[in-house]
Amino acid sequence: MAGQVDALYIYLLLVAGVMTAIIFLAVTVLAIKYRRVHGREAQQIEGSTILEIGWSIIPFFVMLTFFIWGAVLYFRERTPPADSTEVYVVAKQWMWKFEHMEGQREINELHVPTGQNVKLIMTSQDVIHSFFVPAFRLKQDVLPGRYTTLWFKATVPGHYHLFCAEYCGTQHSGMGGDIVVMTPQDYAQWMAGGPSAPLQETGKELFTQLGCATCHRSDVQGRGPNLVGVYNKPVLLEDGRTVTADENYVRESILNPTAKIVNGFKPVMPTFQGIVSEEQLNALVAYVKSLAQTPPGSAGLQNEPVASPAQPQKMQVQ
Amino acid sequence: MASRVIPANQAPAPKLNYLNNGHSLKSWLLTTDHKRIAVLYLISVTTFFFLGGFFAMLIRLELLTPQGDLMQADTYNKVFTMHGMIMVFFFLIPVVPAVLGNFLVPLMIGAKDLAFPRINLLSWYLYIIGGILITHVMLTGGVDTGWTFYSPFSTEYTNTKIVEAGLAVFVAGFSSIFTGLNFIVTIHRMRAPGLTWSRLPLFIWANYATSLIMILGTPVVAITIVLVAVERLFHLGIFDPRLGGDPLLFQHLFWFYSHPAVYIMILPSMGVVSELIGCFSRKRIFGYKFVALSSIAIAVIGFLVWAHHMFVAGISLYAAMIFSFLTFFVGVPSAVKVFNWTATLYKGSITYATPMLYAFGFIGLFTIGGLTGLFLATLGIDVHVTDTYFVVAHFHYVMVGGVLMGYLGGMHFWWPKISGRMYPEAWAKLSALFVFVGFNLTFFPQFILGYVGMPRRYWQYPPEFQVLNVLSTAGASVLAVGYLLPMIYFLWSLRYGPIAEANPWNAAGLEWKTASPPPTFNFDETPVVTWEAYNYDEIPDKELEAPVAR
Repeated sequence: MAGQVDALYIYLLLVAGVMTAIIFLAVTVLAIKYRRVHGREAQQIEGSTILEIGWSIIPFFVMLTFFIWGAVLYFRERTPPADSTEVYVVAKQWMWKFEHMEGQREINELHVPTGQNVKLIMTSQDVIHSFFVPAFRLKQDVLPGRYTTLWFKATVPGHYHLFCAEYCGTQHSGMGGDIVVMTPQDYAQWMAGGPSAPLQETGKELFTQLGCATCHRSDVQGRGPNLVGVYNKPVLLEDGRTVTADENYVRESILNPTAKIVNGFKPVMPTFQGIVSEEQLNALVAYVKSLAQTPPGSAGLQNEPVASPAQPQKMQVQ
Repeated sequence: MASRVIPANQAPAPKLNYLNNGHSLKSWLLTTDHKRIAVLYLISVTTFFFLGGFFAMLIRLELLTPQGDLMQADTYNKVFTMHGMIMVFFFLIPVVPAVLGNFLVPLMIGAKDLAFPRINLLSWYLYIIGGILITHVMLTGGVDTGWTFYSPFSTEYTNTKIVEAGLAVFVAGFSSIFTGLNFIVTIHRMRAPGLTWSRLPLFIWANYATSLIMILGTPVVAITIVLVAVERLFHLGIFDPRLGGDPLLFQHLFWFYSHPAVYIMILPSMGVVSELIGCFSRKRIFGYKFVALSSIAIAVIGFLVWAHHMFVAGISLYAAMIFSFLTFFVGVPSAVKVFNWTATLYKGSITYATPMLYAFGFIGLFTIGGLTGLFLATLGIDVHVTDTYFVVAHFHYVMVGGVLMGYLGGMHFWWPKISGRMYPEAWAKLSALFVFVGFNLTFFPQFILGYVGMPRRYWQYPPEFQVLNVLSTAGASVLAVGYLLPMIYFLWSLRYGPIAEANPWNAAGLEWKTASPPPTFNFDETPVVTWEAYNYDEIPDKELEAPVAR
């Protein structure tokens, strides 16, 4: 991605450089050539509509190339590939906390392998922060109360600066760290050094501990929707809208369950705001997401309504 | 220009003018004369400029070394916040409209005063009350949010004086609304007979466009400040998601005003530059109508681009694309102005008096500031350079390189009209050189600094960024000299400067048809206008005629 950003940057520098040179040269040459000399008066010129139209439209089309190239690049920067490994990021005043899917946790340091697409699912515990890695030419604000995402593929092993780029208080400039890019072999070795269970396992435990499983049952239809296969699918709401059950939807449904009630269900779920930490929330989201990955052998399930056949269509999966 | 000036020792007996019409403090503090109010503004914005500049020097000194060693992190955060708030709300926004605009709008349209002279005085008092409040905040603990007040940091996390600082901006905002209102009514209703819209000086067009933004945009920032105060004081969930609010809502509301506010700053300076280039090229401005309408176009389109400050803030992919696209539209009228100024030079009869040097400087710096704005409008680039020193450099090129160059050019140009005295030309040229060189040395390295990744609002930074920071600090020192010099020689000229005649530049425009300084009611009789703006073909260039007559 860095190379693509630099290419566009160089194009912009060239165009801007040429434009600046034209203006500077024109002003300098005209200012010298038409300096006041005795015996010559200024010649009044009204203007020229053709010139006006010309120097409005031509720059506009040049700018249009900036727009298109920039938008295409932005689209790529903002669309994580499907095969990305996921890392959950929690920002707080003034540190970065990372949780790998394998259960590894880090603070102010993120280890990633080369050649692998990495998707960061980020949230903040307090104020707005911004995840900025200059070497990757990437930046994304990290907000409290919702997830924002960012993805990259590192290519060269090494240590790269991680900065917080959105002003966040006293130690804003100290809220940095390192992205440690390793070869896949080194990375596997590093990953093996850690203990702990995979993130979705932690989530599964929490799911039982917090009593979620009593209503959100996976065998029969409970008081809450069955969550198997829900992630990333459209969900029909009580008010007739359809939303995609993405990370932000799952997150919101845990913290503010009455905000978007699934069609056919009652708003009976209590909020877990203040009960689960950001890290626990991430684990729960990771668990719900893992339920969507169809185990081999039950491949047909994805396209079926997830609600139990005995019940009328409680939750529509289209 | 020296020959256009009557030597001080031959000064005629002083005529009654706005300056000597009453000497008591009361005659100044209770004046309704737009020219005196302009002088009051001149004194107050200059004070705030040097205060803001003092904070800028503290920033540059801290950044000389990578470690945070000159002051504590909290102190540094308060220093850049005060720098931003004072410069934006108490200097850049009022400077050209409230000083030069106040002085010149009635003079240029042949009116006796603004439409609402008392409201004009009230707007100065509101500005001063806002100024006292912000000074009070500064002396009793300060604020540490940056001038942007981003929520939820500002509403729920910082323990500094947000509400008080917000109140200061709120009050000062009404000063700006009243000025805008006054200008709009005055320009509509009080033009001299014969002064049609198509004959108006471009400075008037620019101030008209500015006034539109002032009255349409400022109320929105006022409301936003109230909402911040409400969330902070009563914990109503407006912006903080913990309370059920939306932090992006704050950014939308804030930039809905604060992006157009950039045009409040730059448009009047663009108006000044049009006047200067016309006069010192002895020409009508090339494409007058397009330059006039481009001011209005900037004011209108400027309201539709605010979310380009939020490309990485978490807005949707497609919203970002629309705002990026619209942002390029605002580039067109800005480019049109630059092209037309350049074309005006063609076949002109150009002199290089100090005001013209500032106009040249404006074109150069605004070109760089504008073009780097296109970098930021380009989505894929913005993701990398937003919130870095690239942005800092960009907006200083526009706001300092642009606004301040225009303002200083205008101050030199109209100083004889305001004070009745000429400034020393050689010193003025020297200081213009200091400003231009110092400015570029300060801010050009910051573009590079931003692209290599230094985030803004950093108290300490990795050592590899030091060289560029040292260059920037060195430039700031040169720039400071460039700003102090005019302060000294303008004051000096009040007493020792050669007395200026009514029209020392031999310029077009009604303001030059009355005495310098003008009488209290501007014109002895209301002028009747039968000519177009910048009718330099009808104003013989006396300098040129002299050798012919010989």
